[in-house]
Amino acid sequence: MTEQTTKASQSRYIIGVDVGGTFTDLFFVDQQTGEAFTGKLPSTLENQSIGLIEGILRALPDFSGIDTIVHGTTVGTNALLERKGSQTGLITTEGFEDVLEMRRRDRPETWGLRGDYRPVIQRNLRLGVAERTLASGQIERPLDEQAVLDRAKALLEAGCEALCIAFINSYANSENEQRAGEIARSVWPNDHVTVSSDILPEIREFERVSTAVLNAYLQPKMARYLNQLGSQMRQNAFEGDILIVQSNGGVMTLGSAADQPVRTALSGPAAGVIAARFIGQSAGFDNLITCDMGGTSFDVSVVAEGRSALAAQSSIDFGMVVRTPMIEINTIGAGGGSIAWIDGAGLLQIGPQSAGSNPGPVCYGLGNEDPTVTDANLVLGRINADRPIGGKLDRLDVDKARRAIKDKIALPLGISDMEAAEAIIQVANARMAGAIRIVSIERGHDPAKFTAMPFGGGGALHIGALIREVGLKSGLVPRYPGVTSALGCVIADMRHDAVKTINRTISDLNDAELLNAAETLWQTCHARITASETAVFDAIEEDIEADMLYAGQTHSVQVKLAGRHALNSNDLKAAFEEAYRAQIGQPLDNIPIRLINLRVAAVAKRPNLDLRAMAPKDGVMLQDAFLEMRSIWADGIWQEAPVYDRLALGVGQKCMGPALLEQADTTIFVDPGLIGEVDEFGNLIILPEA
Amino acid sequence: MTEAKASQKINPVVLAVLRGRLEQIADEMDATLFRSAFNPIIAEAHDASHGLYDAQTGDTLVQGKEGLPVFVGVMAFAVKYVIEKTATMPPDEGDVYIFNDPYEGGTHLSDFKLVRPVFREGKIFCWLASVGHWHDVGGNVPGNYNPVATESFAEGVHIPPVKLFRKGVLQNDIVDILKTNSRLPLSVYGDLNAQISALELGEKRLFDLLDECGDDTVKSVFAELRARAHLQMEAHIGQLTDGTVSASDWLDNDGIVDQPLVVAVDIHVRGKKMVLDFSRSAEAVAGPVNISRSTAIAACYVALKHLFPDVPANAGVLDPIDIVIPEGSLLSATAPRPVGGYTETILRIIDVIFSAIGKIAPKRALGNAYGTINALSLAGHREDGSRWVMFSFFGGGHGGHGSGDGLSHGNAPISMATIPPLEIFEAAYPIAFRQWAMRQDSGGAGRFRGGLGATYQIEILNEQAMGFFFGERGRHAPCGVGAGASGALNRFSWQTAKSSEAQSPEMTSKKVGIHLQKGGSVLLQTPGGGGFGDPLERPVEKVIEDFHMGYISVPQMQEAYGVVLNEQGALDGEATDVRRAALRQSRAEGDAV
Repeated sequence: MTEQTTKASQSRYIIGVDVGGTFTDLFFVDQQTGEAFTGKLPSTLENQSIGLIEGILRALPDFSGIDTIVHGTTVGTNALLERKGSQTGLITTEGFEDVLEMRRRDRPETWGLRGDYRPVIQRNLRLGVAERTLASGQIERPLDEQAVLDRAKALLEAGCEALCIAFINSYANSENEQRAGEIARSVWPNDHVTVSSDILPEIREFERVSTAVLNAYLQPKMARYLNQLGSQMRQNAFEGDILIVQSNGGVMTLGSAADQPVRTALSGPAAGVIAARFIGQSAGFDNLITCDMGGTSFDVSVVAEGRSALAAQSSIDFGMVVRTPMIEINTIGAGGGSIAWIDGAGLLQIGPQSAGSNPGPVCYGLGNEDPTVTDANLVLGRINADRPIGGKLDRLDVDKARRAIKDKIALPLGISDMEAAEAIIQVANARMAGAIRIVSIERGHDPAKFTAMPFGGGGALHIGALIREVGLKSGLVPRYPGVTSALGCVIADMRHDAVKTINRTISDLNDAELLNAAETLWQTCHARITASETAVFDAIEEDIEADMLYAGQTHSVQVKLAGRHALNSNDLKAAFEEAYRAQIGQPLDNIPIRLINLRVAAVAKRPNLDLRAMAPKDGVMLQDAFLEMRSIWADGIWQEAPVYDRLALGVGQKCMGPALLEQADTTIFVDPGLIGEVDEFGNLIILPEA
Repeated sequence: MTEAKASQKINPVVLAVLRGRLEQIADEMDATLFRSAFNPIIAEAHDASHGLYDAQTGDTLVQGKEGLPVFVGVMAFAVKYVIEKTATMPPDEGDVYIFNDPYEGGTHLSDFKLVRPVFREGKIFCWLASVGHWHDVGGNVPGNYNPVATESFAEGVHIPPVKLFRKGVLQNDIVDILKTNSRLPLSVYGDLNAQISALELGEKRLFDLLDECGDDTVKSVFAELRARAHLQMEAHIGQLTDGTVSASDWLDNDGIVDQPLVVAVDIHVRGKKMVLDFSRSAEAVAGPVNISRSTAIAACYVALKHLFPDVPANAGVLDPIDIVIPEGSLLSATAPRPVGGYTETILRIIDVIFSAIGKIAPKRALGNAYGTINALSLAGHREDGSRWVMFSFFGGGHGGHGSGDGLSHGNAPISMATIPPLEIFEAAYPIAFRQWAMRQDSGGAGRFRGGLGATYQIEILNEQAMGFFFGERGRHAPCGVGAGASGALNRFSWQTAKSSEAQSPEMTSKKVGIHLQKGGSVLLQTPGGGGFGDPLERPVEKVIEDFHMGYISVPQMQEAYGVVLNEQGALDGEATDVRRAALRQSRAEGDAV
């Protein structure tokens, strides 16, 4: 990693800041010179803005030279995971107060029947009012306005800071719900009122209520954080714009983030995927599988022909459903801290239990006795015991790690310590390979056309094995894998999504009405984007998708539409059948096709970045980057492998596996039989030996 | 019973890796069907399953994780049936069999099984099977839960194993027969195609794996996984005290004759072996709560997997266990005895196994879950003359257990089914829900309370509709563990029109042909789960919280938990001590009597 350099304050900077669980990463772009540089410091989770501001001040004298700060934040995610949002009340249709707690009649695990569930709004703070809208949109029973007033006051008295209003069938007609919102706002002392049809005017009451409730639950905390951040920035002469990263991989204004914080709930991994896509495209790789290996999990995402898939919803935890578009990411519990264990049937298993970063792997010596994936990598010689990543510890305890592997894995399986360590890595690799298969093969992609791109700390040790196991074309390790997400913040587009439930057979659609609906959605999105006064865009583009299905089905297919001109039954049918063929199988004849939801996104392209600025300028020959020879265990034997200083390597340098390449925030293992080569951007491209 | 022998030869890495790869194939078949099925019972409720089965015996080798749990045990019988049928006429490559016979193949007529042999070098390597619950398969009642059927002919069309594909060619005649026999032919056609796609995908993925790892290696992994499940199950049984424990529970009636039907188990534990003896259970009956032997065995499998969830899902689970069911039993029905309500009877089997095991292994014990599938259909014609059929199962509470309260509004132990959103129901059918709520006092009292059941009320918005209801637990509530109390009884009633008097079924939990007019409605109040342990040992603050949340009423708080509040609504410690002492006293006296 480059040193944090101080730059002249006259230049105009764009700064990406990603606050993760352990580190706050920064990525600076100097728009005048085109140069880029990075920063990294421990996160300050109690108040994320402290680390953010300190990180900037380490590189710049003050904030006057800053054009834009793009912030990836885990404030929302953490508040949900730890259930530390604000006391929230719900006003809903009488008779349906329990929709949130009843979920969709599910349970957390197939076997065992031992699940439990606590909704974020307890039952005595969910109050009903008389009103009813039917599925047709007809208002069957007018709103009892006095009741709304009474309930809102009662919830305030009970100590609620935020309020959610969600009525049955408000997706079909939001009149009663919107009116209730106005009334409640007239007595609510702050802005923290969420109305479900503003957040998600989409059919499915539990998903809509859950999303709206979680939004309200996050509003006060997020608003406080953003206010604090803004005022601290201004104290330091900041006159630029702050943008916040969303789960859909786009960014939004501070104002949008404060009133729709639920859209940040799953933003953590999104910025990384955005960056990976950009790095890959710049280097000529349009088909990528991004792999983010952290302490407890392994996240994979597919970029096919330069595009990421968006998932319509996700669960933060059992029963905690957020239905806003997010970059589709598959997570399995196999990270560096994942524990290896022998199950009751005598089978070696990895995770999902994790030692996390505290106490962490056995080799940290902080009290954990169960061997982890990191311990196995250490024992196999693939991690340098004297240079632990992250800088918290001085050295890692190899003997302790080896003893744990011997006692807990090798003895029960009747194999040697080294075989056991390699077995842990092989089983972990197999699980990761499984995750990659799910996102690639199962979605109809041919893995032989894809390149794996690891980011985060741990992935680069496993990339060779993944290339071999899944049959991928190649691997690409970005020059600074540890700050990928911060880079993603810098280059992410401004994006806003909106959805409307249509729920009609396409032959019955009125084209003018449909166009009108699209226009309304577009205006909503457009207004959110142009609310930013200072941000500069190249252009604002429209993205239209439809959720469609055969009448009678309940799961819809995401159909990308060519544009508004495709909003007619012929084009819709053709687009649906194409999508159905790709995602499900043979289209069916003579069954009516329904358009369930119309989705519109406005995407404002932000200025591009030339990654060549990141390339090594005075890189050296391979032999000059050589650090030492190390004994590593691979393919069942000890082998001598050279270790190189990764960042010193010049463009075009090649190394044969087995080899290790070290840098401050990651270690790359080039497996036997693979070759690594530095490209013109400083990426390391890993290919099978010809 | 068979003997377990774990091999020492197979490489532990290969075993762990291939187990994951094989499970992924079954999971992917599940996912394909859920995504593309037409009817919500498969697409939303996941009433379907896929797996890989032994070439010779049909035993379960690998099962998907997301499918309906009860199918996990029953599919092996479906494959065995096809193996028997084809003994004299071996299948060709590219053949696929289809059938819904419930006597040999398990469950009920709604479940269509597709079974496909997988050939390697001209020989059957293993079988793939797909089962899914179709929306309507004919019979007297839309949706096929006919509580007054006395023969399977009144429940639906009955298809023996026939070739849907011959050497890779779809037999359209068979498809026509299936479509013609359903009220919802498009739905049948869509689901059939989705199941075919799932099998095709499974075969493709399996071939990839076999090409990569070798047929022999995969075969040895099958054997090893089974042996290990067997050993693990033996280890669990070995930890139980030797001896016999028993439990009995009752079905309300069979829908024809209004008398209770006993489901009873005697569990004999001897070292590492266990016998589940159902000899004391009722004889086969006229109405549709009979189940076939294969279904009963599958239910035992589900109960044991819940009690010992870490054992892998393959035939090895049942290897150390003998299951005794006499001929002529309610639990070993043969054609043409009606079996449409099989879900109710297998839930009772699971309940009695939970109750019996609870007596020797309280830490593993679970209070009974709500114990009825509550199949409700409403049907009629829209203004344009088109037919509508709303059919769904409804939820209830799970039992309390040694580490916490039961889950409220969960799905049945035999299923991972989710309920469709009420907005989806209302958009599809001329109905409006008036209530969709948790039911106060329905969870059995206990140190760990049973989860709450639900109250659903549905009003008819068009001129006429017919209702059909098939439930249980109207007279015999879900049991608790130890001193834990039972959950509430199931309650079903209807009003023909808005202002007419509420009526309830003569058979308490079953009714066909309910006439409903515009404004008329049905009301279903489902049971909660049984409680775990003595309610008087539940911490007072948890009892008060339950009261503040409206989970329990004042009488329940005082009578079941012995907690008394003062006029300010705070705990009256003295009165609570007195009340709890009095309850203990009267309980001791009751025991003495």
